[in-house]
Amino acid sequence: MNEFLTALAEQDFLQSALAAGLLASIGCGLMGTYVVVKRIAFIAGGIAHSVLSGMGAALYFGFSPLAGALIAAVLAALLIGWVRLRWRAEEDTLIGALWAIGMAVGILFIAKTPGYQSDLMSYLFGNILLVPVESLWFMAALDGLLLLLVLAYHRQFLAVAFDEEFARLRGIPVTFFYLLLLVMVAVTVVLLIQVVGLILVLALLTLPAAIAGHYVHSLGLMMLIATLIGGALNAAGLALSYGPDLPAGPTIILLAGGLYIVSALVSRTLARRQARLGASGGKGHVR
Amino acid sequence: MKTLSDTGETVIAIRGLSFAYGAAPVLEDVSLNVGAGEFLGIVGPNAGGKSTLLKLILGLLEPQTGQVRVLNLSPREASRQIGYVPQYPSFPRDFPITVEQAVLLGRLGGQDRLWPNLWPGGYGRGDRKAARLALDEVEATDLASRRIASLSGGQLQRVLLARALACEPRILILDEPTANIDQRLEGDIFDLLRRLNARLTILVVSHDIGFISSYVTRVACVNRTLVCHHTDAIDGQIIQRLYGEAVRMVAHRHETPRTGP
Repeated sequence: MNEFLTALAEQDFLQSALAAGLLASIGCGLMGTYVVVKRIAFIAGGIAHSVLSGMGAALYFGFSPLAGALIAAVLAALLIGWVRLRWRAEEDTLIGALWAIGMAVGILFIAKTPGYQSDLMSYLFGNILLVPVESLWFMAALDGLLLLLVLAYHRQFLAVAFDEEFARLRGIPVTFFYLLLLVMVAVTVVLLIQVVGLILVLALLTLPAAIAGHYVHSLGLMMLIATLIGGALNAAGLALSYGPDLPAGPTIILLAGGLYIVSALVSRTLARRQARLGASGGKGHVR
Repeated sequence: MKTLSDTGETVIAIRGLSFAYGAAPVLEDVSLNVGAGEFLGIVGPNAGGKSTLLKLILGLLEPQTGQVRVLNLSPREASRQIGYVPQYPSFPRDFPITVEQAVLLGRLGGQDRLWPNLWPGGYGRGDRKAARLALDEVEATDLASRRIASLSGGQLQRVLLARALACEPRILILDEPTANIDQRLEGDIFDLLRRLNARLTILVVSHDIGFISSYVTRVACVNRTLVCHHTDAIDGQIIQRLYGEAVRMVAHRHETPRTGP
């Protein structure tokens, strides 16, 4: 641990990595909360994986993979949102297909790109140690955009996340806000891909919010706590992986998974104890 | 006292309405006029088209033929003046939201439905007051800070009713409001509806024609087609025709005192 802290003070790339992790955790706290309460993890997974098509195309045509990822993520979000609103009966099949087709397109592009192809692994599993400084500014701007939209439209998002039918009856443009929500999830996916890659992104998107949901019961608090948990997991994963020279992405994900399991057990025990206290503190059993 | 119904205004007008899901006809040539201040019960067998009729009135479905007008508007335009209580809550019961937040969602819509709001919480004092009044009205004031997940079936039903009332509607539409709750509470809910009927037009779907006939002013029987009866005219013959088979009925009156638990 000390070794990591000394290295952090001296090495620019570690400072950038830590900053990237903390910036990613803001998006993951905000949008992960919606993904968890609206139960759209499968949709988020579909968006994340089809992003590879955009990254592959960017590599092939020689523009920034991050820009390619962003464009592909937004298109995938709109396409999947449209599938969900139009072909509800076949939603699962179609999203699963888009998930795989997106990856297939990306891999074909990467295979046909001349030159050294080490980038594929870092797209799939992330490489937080190689985040350039320009990307940090880009991530900060995306975070700012997400935060502004969530603040401005939190009532509409709550209405759409909680009860679409009722929101529609109140005259709220449900389709618009649902698609906007998916596009914002797509933006978050792009943020997180920098850190853990597109295969592992789903866990970092959902687990911190799910852990927060064990203890707090409002969306605002869930977002705050999920952001803090996400930040802590990113920092801890980075620190733990540094000494033994492990890849940081998978380390962060394993920590998140472990914390989730512990938290699920603890919150269940607490709930049982509360129920027992409630039962004995209440009317009392007649025996 | 002058009541709503004295105005003679028609709030819901349905003409020659037909609706089918795919090839299966659900409603055929349905016509219905509901006057201001009515307390209309809608009864009929399962899958007879009751909920579909409500969804057409709410503008959640579009009719294939015929016309629905609500408050002289199309159902979609009028939906913000309708308070709707669904049969099954259309949200997961463990959603992290308090009762007060859920009721406040009834205040959304109107001017601010596309409008951003940077104010923390996002609701004005008037909205909070309306939500509080709605909770008072259904006698659920003490539930305001509880989580939705911790409510019993009867409590949740009251909260859904409060959410509908927070819309300050002119028409209240309820789909089987007592199907999922204790029978003892059924009377409480309907007593409450009877009080609300002083200022609201109410449509309520029920499977229990015998029970609601002591509360409602008129009964619409829906079984693909629609036939209306005044409550004093309901007898075994009508019920038999409606359900299309022999129905065993026990003539009974609803004056037996309700016993406590």
